[in-house]
Amino acid sequence: MSTAWVAALIGLADDHLILGHRLSEWCGHAPMLEEDLAMPNIALDLIGQARGLYTYAGELEGAGRDEDALAFGRLERAYRNLLICELPNGDFAQTMLRQFYFASFMHLFWQKVERSTDTTLAAIAAKAVKEAQYHRRHCAEWVVRLGDGTDESARRMHEAVTLLAPYTGEFFIADPEASGAVAAGVLPQIQTLQPAWQADVEQVFAAAKLALPQAVYAQKGGRRGLHTEAMGHLLAQLQFMQRSFPDMTW
Amino acid sequence: MVEFQARRAWEAAAAVLDPEVPAVTVADLGILRAVDIDDQGRAVAQVTPTYSGCPAVLAIELAIEAALLQAGFDPVIERVLAPAWTTDWITEEGREKLSAYGIAPPVGGSASKRALFGEIAVACPRCASVDTSKLSEFGSTACKAQYRCNACHEPFDYFKCI
Repeated sequence: MSTAWVAALIGLADDHLILGHRLSEWCGHAPMLEEDLAMPNIALDLIGQARGLYTYAGELEGAGRDEDALAFGRLERAYRNLLICELPNGDFAQTMLRQFYFASFMHLFWQKVERSTDTTLAAIAAKAVKEAQYHRRHCAEWVVRLGDGTDESARRMHEAVTLLAPYTGEFFIADPEASGAVAAGVLPQIQTLQPAWQADVEQVFAAAKLALPQAVYAQKGGRRGLHTEAMGHLLAQLQFMQRSFPDMTW
Repeated sequence: MVEFQARRAWEAAAAVLDPEVPAVTVADLGILRAVDIDDQGRAVAQVTPTYSGCPAVLAIELAIEAALLQAGFDPVIERVLAPAWTTDWITEEGREKLSAYGIAPPVGGSASKRALFGEIAVACPRCASVDTSKLSEFGSTACKAQYRCNACHEPFDYFKCI
């Protein structure tokens, strides 16, 4: 047990909170009822995973911060999420492609963490791995359906591929705050997940008749608290109640 | 004496109904793992969440706490994550109650990926036909998917196998 990787766990929790918040914006706006159920359900899973991670990070840190303090009480620069998680939803194709990328990545990630030397993280992973697998499958089906669908759906999916291309490289950039955890066998070496993720994307893209994106410069900075313009707007909504009425409860 | 008290505490806590599926108790679902009396005489209830994002977890914990208080115990709720909850924790009685309530219980073991993804026949809880089709992978709560029976045409919830 160590405080050395608290920041790494907070970054991981931030990925899930911020993406979960983004997905929740679809509630009531999805193109069909089934998806209006699916996206908030996935969002709930992500936020639930974030809660477990925040709570544990707060315990390790030992500074009295609980899940609410971490989720709602920090300034923008203190959030360490990957940039792809904070991007605006765009259209349904863009949301589904992002969710597929993330779920595929997390499914590989949690499989490694299931064998973590840290038993609490292993327990969180044991639940999350099945949830990520279910999300991956659901979103991959949509990538195929839209990519190999009508002219309009294919055009939108192609646009989504181009739009998101600069944001997937950050998945595999090692977080310096995680180096101690990696050395201790608590978290996986992130670069090792890339070949399997790439293979998964290639397989789904082939079924979707989508061309793989051109190699482009990877946008990065999320893990250092350097965010896109969208982040401040997202936090304004996410934190509104706690900022207006600190420590409020329902 | 402690053993008797522990059994009484278990019975009080185990009778709590799931707030989302009030046909089954928290014991039927395997959410309530154990209730023990600790050396200070408190009733320690071990509760495990089904899904990471299950919004009912807090309501379930409060309900168990209230049930133990009402039975005269000093309750402590302990949230346990390991071993992870799977649908295998649902008791045989729980599965029968789910079916009677109109929710198809999970088919096969949790380790089965085909079961998780609904690639095996789910029987209609009303007419028992296995000629059913999946309408939606996500349903009214995190733990359910939506199905329709092609024989009696009734839609029904399926408790996902996870």
